Amino acid sequence: MPPTARADRPDSPSVPAGSDLSTLASLRRLLPTVRPALPRLVAGLVAALGASLAALAIPRVLQVLVEGPLAAGAAAGDPAALLWPTLAVLALGLLEAGLILLRRTLVMYPGTRVEAALRTTLFRHLLQLPASFHDRWAGGQLLSRSMTDLGLLRRWLVFGLLQLVVSTITVVVGIAVLVATAGWLGLVYLVGAVPVVVIAYRFSRRYRVIARTSQDQSGDLANTVEESVHGIRVLKAFGRGGDALESFTGQAEQLRRTEIRKAGNQATVTTALHLIPEATLAVCLVLGVWSAAEGQLTVGALAAFFLTAAVINGPVVDLGMTLSMTLNARTAVDRFFEVVETANPLTDPAEPRELGTVRGEVTLRDVTFRHEADEPPVLDGVDLDLPAGTTTALVGLTGSGKSTLAMLLPRLHDVTTGSVRLDGVDVRDLRRHDLRRAVAVAFEEPTLFSTTVRENVLLGVDDSLPAPERERLLHSSLDVARAGFVHDLPQGVDTRIGEEGLSLSGGQRQRLALARAIAARPRVLVLDDPLSALDVTTEEAVTRGLREVLAGTTSLVIAHRPSTVALADRVAVLSDGRISAVGTHRELLARDPHYRYVVASLEEDWVAHEHETDLTQEAR
Amino acid sequence: MTAATGRLRPTDARADDATDLDRGTSRAVRRRSLHLLGQLLRPRAGALAGAGALVVISTLAQVSGPLLVQAAIDTALPALREGDPTRLVVVGGIYVLAAVLGGLCAGAYVRAAARVAQSVLLELRRRVFRHTQRLSLEFHESYTSGRVISRQTSDLEALRELFDGGLTGVVSSLMLMVFTAGALFYVDWRSGLVLLVALVPAWLLTRWFQRRSQQSYREQRTASARLIVKFVETMTGMRAVQAFRREATDDAEYGRLGEQYRDANLRIFGVNGRYQPGLVLIGNLTVAAALAYGGWRVVEGTLDVGALVAVLLYVKRFFQPIQQLGMFYNALQSAVAALEKVSGLLAEEPTVVEPSDPTPLPSPRGEIRLQDVTFGYGDGPVVLPRLDLTIPAGQTVALVGSTGAGKSTLAKLVTRFYDASAGRVLLDGVDVRDVSGTDLRRAVVMVTQEAYLFSGSVRENIALGRPDATDAEVEAAARAVGVHEFVTSLPEGYDTDVNKRGGRVSSGQRQLLSFARAFLADPAVLVLDEATSSLDIPGERLVQRGLQTLLADRTAIIIAHRLSTVDIADRVLVLEHGRVLEDGAPADLVAAGGRYAAMQAAWRDSVA
Repeated sequence: MPPTARADRPDSPSVPAGSDLSTLASLRRLLPTVRPALPRLVAGLVAALGASLAALAIPRVLQVLVEGPLAAGAAAGDPAALLWPTLAVLALGLLEAGLILLRRTLVMYPGTRVEAALRTTLFRHLLQLPASFHDRWAGGQLLSRSMTDLGLLRRWLVFGLLQLVVSTITVVVGIAVLVATAGWLGLVYLVGAVPVVVIAYRFSRRYRVIARTSQDQSGDLANTVEESVHGIRVLKAFGRGGDALESFTGQAEQLRRTEIRKAGNQATVTTALHLIPEATLAVCLVLGVWSAAEGQLTVGALAAFFLTAAVINGPVVDLGMTLSMTLNARTAVDRFFEVVETANPLTDPAEPRELGTVRGEVTLRDVTFRHEADEPPVLDGVDLDLPAGTTTALVGLTGSGKSTLAMLLPRLHDVTTGSVRLDGVDVRDLRRHDLRRAVAVAFEEPTLFSTTVRENVLLGVDDSLPAPERERLLHSSLDVARAGFVHDLPQGVDTRIGEEGLSLSGGQRQRLALARAIAARPRVLVLDDPLSALDVTTEEAVTRGLREVLAGTTSLVIAHRPSTVALADRVAVLSDGRISAVGTHRELLARDPHYRYVVASLEEDWVAHEHETDLTQEAR
Repeated sequence: MTAATGRLRPTDARADDATDLDRGTSRAVRRRSLHLLGQLLRPRAGALAGAGALVVISTLAQVSGPLLVQAAIDTALPALREGDPTRLVVVGGIYVLAAVLGGLCAGAYVRAAARVAQSVLLELRRRVFRHTQRLSLEFHESYTSGRVISRQTSDLEALRELFDGGLTGVVSSLMLMVFTAGALFYVDWRSGLVLLVALVPAWLLTRWFQRRSQQSYREQRTASARLIVKFVETMTGMRAVQAFRREATDDAEYGRLGEQYRDANLRIFGVNGRYQPGLVLIGNLTVAAALAYGGWRVVEGTLDVGALVAVLLYVKRFFQPIQQLGMFYNALQSAVAALEKVSGLLAEEPTVVEPSDPTPLPSPRGEIRLQDVTFGYGDGPVVLPRLDLTIPAGQTVALVGSTGAGKSTLAKLVTRFYDASAGRVLLDGVDVRDVSGTDLRRAVVMVTQEAYLFSGSVRENIALGRPDATDAEVEAAARAVGVHEFVTSLPEGYDTDVNKRGGRVSSGQRQLLSFARAFLADPAVLVLDEATSSLDIPGERLVQRGLQTLLADRTAIIIAHRLSTVDIADRVLVLEHGRVLEDGAPADLVAAGGRYAAMQAAWRDSVA
């Protein structure tokens, strides 16, 4: 079945990050980001409370004004008595609207600013995290954190947080007023609040888990969507759109069920928050009327009790909504920190060494590399020297670790043990930026961006370079890579190429990626099978141009074919995780059977027994 | 069927990003969006009505509270003082009943609303997913994956918010307003007229809000899509971003797009932040007006003080739920803007159209014939000018020629990734445009250079070729292309997860896996488009052997730069600028000493 996104997140422990924290502790982690916005949030809160007070006050004031001064004035037949009550009501009304306007204005900046700041933080962190992290984490999960989760958080900051505080204050103050003014009747009401608190607490615990599941599932769904778009060619070529839809539907259905379960929980708490306070009021009503009949309570006090209680019940019902909003925000925060708190294992050193003029001598000493600690090593004791200015071809079977080795040079991966040195300096002692300025890579699978040809090729060229110089680099590198086809595109080098360059053929993309690596004018150039998608004629032309460029540049060329090997001064053979032989193509052909097996042409069918042994080698 | 003339062109990203629409377009877009919403809601009208009824009941129960209190104080208390507790018991009983009923209905409503919302979302998700799968490659190449992803994620989120937040309040709010207005007219119809007058500025304000927020929400959707596009592309190309030190530039660019999104959100908050207090203000001004007018009448002696109190309280209460209505309207605006984008995607027509009355192709033989085929991408230059070609069933044909000669284009026409601009492509004598997608994909399979692996196990990835294949068949396919040993060397063999984009599988191995896919699919026609480029020579040697079995009894079109792969072909076509220069068996062409012979010689040199 095609895209079945992983339900479990990579390297996520069974307990997701932060889930052991209380909701308050979890949200407190936002404090550093929220702090600058805090005054506005607090002021917004005051405005919100003020607006609620004004809203509560207006009906009372109306009643008092009309029955008091206005009635008196009317009795006296004095129309002037109308004036100041009307003005007072007008003023209160303006105040309420003004406070709401103020609250909204105050809160919108912090809300959006915090969201944007967190989003940038996440993106920045992801830019720093190494390839190993990105191999494990699917894009959809990261995307859903960046968009959906942070959106949830924004809405909570703008609406939920204030509402939560205002509702809580209203309820607490209201109950205090009830207890203070109505004595034991207030206590009865308070008793009713106990199950509400218990239910709300239990709801929170359950809802949190479901909210987490739901947000994770929607991330997985985003993964599936992403894969279905990135893999659209394969799905179309095999006519598997229907199967993809089926498995997508299965996932979406799962999410739907989770959401329904979530709603079920919310329904329970909604029922409780409606039912319990109202039922308590019913009890209070019977008790109140009874005690009023006994003469223990005045009718006025009884009426006042119910007026206050009516004010409290609204916010109690709202609490259910705001509580779930808060829990959603909390889950969003957990998911956010899960990524942001992933330590970057590949950082700049505390005291970086400066790279002066780079000679470009690269040495690998006793390098081992494992993807995970419990996996067999991909590289196991590699020693390799790339003398400055020379070109070395790296040859080995598919899956032997050539590309992995190449990624160590610009430090896209870090060695597990051993060292990679540039001019005698361990690459880990250099700033990544400096190192990668010196070392450029053309990847086997050319990664192009949906922008112009020019920008794609000049990706590694300093923006500060004067325009004519950039232009010269662009054209000379396109020329070397024999990428003249770009001039036939509708707008030449300013043509936007599709995402990942998908509208171009494989060979065209590869040549652009090659041009990009050349344009960066690195001291060390890593070319991962750079000519694999080129036809023979083009390959020959590119090879000729490359030889000139490579002169004086230290290069490591991963090669599958003798024609590519021909670019190199010497060849290193990678097998079983180490360098098994180094020499010229001719030497190795003569003395190294494995090398012969790997690069010899098809017609010269190498002996069958050798084939078999090597097969098992490949399998290893 | 008809030849496709004046082919449809897919919408490109730029047109999709437009927010400043002229009046006509804006209307049309909005209508399309509301139409989609209607389509989704109509079949669920019953469920929606049920949910509405639940809200009505729970609201009535809630409203009955104060009335019951009133009744208790006015009638039950005197009765109790007379020594008759029945009234109190009855009122108390009704109150408990109302509490229970109100609570249960409120809870049931939450469930019912979620059920409707989730079923709408599921249907919409499926529709968009299916539709994007149906759309042609031409569309995907210009629309970008990030945009499709944004349509399927964040745009659908907006719709969900409509159900989550807004819908709850709207029914009860409207009900309360209608009840209150009714009561007001009953008490004093003249004051009721004041209320009606107040609706005029409220309506004008709402119109203003609608216009402004519509524009802002469109901007928000566009900004969010741009942000997602940038995010997805950066994550996909992370290796290149890091290797070429683009972190700072990308960070800045993303920050800029993030600011645009923030600005759009701020504008929405700004518009909404004026609309909501504006409604409150209108309400409060109306109260003041009613007070002045009513007070004057009290002075005149035409209105009772008690009635005035009631009138003012009703007027105030009438405007209380208006904020909630405003919130609902806001959520609706947001959802409709999102649906504009989603419905735009759904309105996109695939440029490759399924036949309405397909010709069945039960047991394809695999004969391919191109008749007078002309093709050019979009408005670009003609790539294939009037090509005629017949490939008998069972023949293996290799296409060679330099980049841009039209080899891949020919492959894409045979597999119907694209349709010819003119002329016909026939499979077993049937125009491929008359064959159903299912039949065509069963008959013709293409393996491309991008050997994309989906997350999931190795087995699942191979089984993509034929999902109903047994484990043994999957293994047999892997063996046939020589990748079985590699797979069994993986930690969990065929059940090993290939991780994101096949992180741990080398590209050569990935190509072998996609060969296994093709082997399993067992089509009558197999197209290999640069499908061996990443293989090393031993890998190729393995595949070569597998290929001979794979291609034995089927038609095959091979595009390869490795002429070793071409050697197994029955026939070689040398293409140049979309024309066939040479056509014949490899050995004959070499003997003839033309273009192919020269290429062969160069190839031999390169592998020596």
